[in-house]
Amino acid sequence: MMENLVIWPLAVHFFFSLILMFGWKNIRFQKNVTIIGNSVSLAVAIYLFIHIYQNGTQTLAAGGWEAPFGIVFVSDLFAATLVLLTAISGFAVSIFTVVSVMNARLRFGFFSVYHFLLLGLNGAFLTGDIFNLYVWFEIIIISSFVLISIGGEKNQLEGAVKYFALNFMASMIFLTGLGLLYGLTGTLNMADLSVKIANVESRSLVDICAVLFFVGFGIKSAVFPLYFWLPASYHTPPSAVSAIFGGLLTKVGVYALIRVFTLIFIEDLFLQTLILAIAFFTIISGAFGALINNNLRKIFSYLIICHIGFIIGGLGVYTELALAGALFYLVHDITVKTNLYLISGLIYRLKGNTNIKQLGNIYRDYPKLSVIIALILFSLVGVPPLSGFWPKVSLFQAAFANANYWYIGALIFGSLITLIIAAKIWSEVFWKNKDSEIPTRRFIQFDKLKNLQKAQFVVPIIVLAVISLYIGFGAQHVQELVSEIAHDLKNNRSYIDAVLNQEQ
Amino acid sequence: MEVVLAIITGILYAAGIYMMMRRSIVKLIIGVILFSNGVNLLIFLSGRLKKGKPPLIPESSDVFIEAYTDPIPQALILTAIVISFGLQAFAIVLVKRAYKVLHTDDLDQLNTTDEDS
Amino acid sequence: MQTTILKAASNFLLPVLLLFSIFILLRGHYLPGGGFIGGLIASSAFVLDAFANGLVYTKSMLRFHPGFLMPLGLTFSFLAAISPFFVGKPLMHALWMKGHIPVIGKLGTPLIFDIGVYLVVIGAALTIIFTISESR
Repeated sequence: MMENLVIWPLAVHFFFSLILMFGWKNIRFQKNVTIIGNSVSLAVAIYLFIHIYQNGTQTLAAGGWEAPFGIVFVSDLFAATLVLLTAISGFAVSIFTVVSVMNARLRFGFFSVYHFLLLGLNGAFLTGDIFNLYVWFEIIIISSFVLISIGGEKNQLEGAVKYFALNFMASMIFLTGLGLLYGLTGTLNMADLSVKIANVESRSLVDICAVLFFVGFGIKSAVFPLYFWLPASYHTPPSAVSAIFGGLLTKVGVYALIRVFTLIFIEDLFLQTLILAIAFFTIISGAFGALINNNLRKIFSYLIICHIGFIIGGLGVYTELALAGALFYLVHDITVKTNLYLISGLIYRLKGNTNIKQLGNIYRDYPKLSVIIALILFSLVGVPPLSGFWPKVSLFQAAFANANYWYIGALIFGSLITLIIAAKIWSEVFWKNKDSEIPTRRFIQFDKLKNLQKAQFVVPIIVLAVISLYIGFGAQHVQELVSEIAHDLKNNRSYIDAVLNQEQ
Repeated sequence: MEVVLAIITGILYAAGIYMMMRRSIVKLIIGVILFSNGVNLLIFLSGRLKKGKPPLIPESSDVFIEAYTDPIPQALILTAIVISFGLQAFAIVLVKRAYKVLHTDDLDQLNTTDEDS
Repeated sequence: MQTTILKAASNFLLPVLLLFSIFILLRGHYLPGGGFIGGLIASSAFVLDAFANGLVYTKSMLRFHPGFLMPLGLTFSFLAAISPFFVGKPLMHALWMKGHIPVIGKLGTPLIFDIGVYLVVIGAALTIIFTISESR
């Protein structure tokens, strides 16, 4: 009976999405239900995480069809952690969405699709079947297409076309790799694949599959030569949508990369070199892109790319310490990037602009808020003892031990540029003495909102900031957690045993 | 038969990617359709072609008496077709909306998102 | 394009096609067919009717927006998928009713799931087609 726990995060989101569909027209009802739904899913995710942390990996064979034949859902510690982070971000963003997104946009089943997006994310984390992973990816991208184009403004539709074309391409390349892999091994279960791929004779075909998977997931997680859709589209939808995209959507690509390249395609020097090289260029190009842009949301988009490079690099070094660093960075990145987009939405509401040249004086007008935002900017940079610092320690140690000096150089460069950008944002947006013109049309300024609405703007940011602070100050707990996950990933026997020998 | 299907798969891939590279938005959609059909054919081929064999083995026999047809690729293709049906429908509506708002079907004109704002 | 022949034929074809779609839906568990194909046949029946009699007529005949079928069908499928939870079986485990009902055959959660799929497919296909052909 307990095994069904694995599927609860999915069932909860599906259930609330259904309820929201029946209340299609009533926006007030939708707002209330979505907050309830996200609270419930947060509770379920916490419960699942604690259960997995205490009892180890749980599996669920859908329909009672046992592991290598049927679809299995596997919740190991890695998946449970990401489900928990998804629930936290989803909860924070849902509160922010309720107040910040205009009612005209919410009319077309926005929240229903939002729950479907979270459903897809949870499904992608929890599934143990590679074709099922493809299906969840499609659910994610279809929901994200709807969210990105709802509203139908000019630049939104342009962004949506670009986003659609490249993400569709990614799915098809992923599917091609999947078809070839099935032809080689005759199985789709990831644990079973991990066992059977070692017996395939033509290694060059396996490498081709691996590269196809890398390209497919690489487009989704926005690595170096494949990231162009991200800065072209992430700043076009409302900030609440960007927040969930920036925080979680690219990270699910990273999750898939880590999962596939620690479980199926392993012990391959060519791939490790490829991943490291791509990580290097991703960090450099993301950093430069962030440096030259003036729109806050575009800066954050490029910072996402830059920091994806950090995580991918940790995967490329491929030692236990490096994986732990990469995972720690992933945990830190999800909370901070979600928060940054929420902050950009708040700044837009405060001053009616997101261009840093036009902004100023936020520190003078809102000193308390500015302190919180400063904390998050420092976490992003990684000033000790805040959250961005600790994963970098592990990554540096691991890279030194493996003598990956190019990667170390890129890490230093990326961190430095992040620091410069944080300083630039602080001085331009918060300290500069310039009063921006606030547009009056279609726009209610922050000061004129009711207290409850103000709280709905600020509370999600504070919640995520507190979690960031916990990751920073309680780094020991997180470090223990990610070390355990990294150990399981590096020695994937435990995952395979949990899936294939369920009776023990 | 495999050779013919393999060549057709290759042609569909090539044509799909070529169409996606063109400047017109409508050709992008055509490319998307051709590409996904190519992928479906590839999955079909990856299950090996066997004529006239049953997909299931009788309950009485406990060994593979003769080669059987693998039913999984068909199931995968069906799923992939359903998904790409949804995606293509969405894409057509999106393109139509985009054409109405932007008054152009030239992908090179879609560059306002890259401007500094 | 409204021809008399097509109009006359579609009046007869609509009920026949709908019956056929239900037949396909019900035989789907062990034989070729199922909710997806059945739903496509049913929606093609309505599309044929829209060709013959015009979109406005078909919509007024339907009485409700076809989009409403989507949440309804999803509810069916969802209930069928989670009902094994309550008897301690894993997700989507097939529960069959004992006994045999004439015409329909055996009744169980896979059938309910398929009915859900059938409704979703009709709803989605008709919504897409009506939306595209409406906005010129």
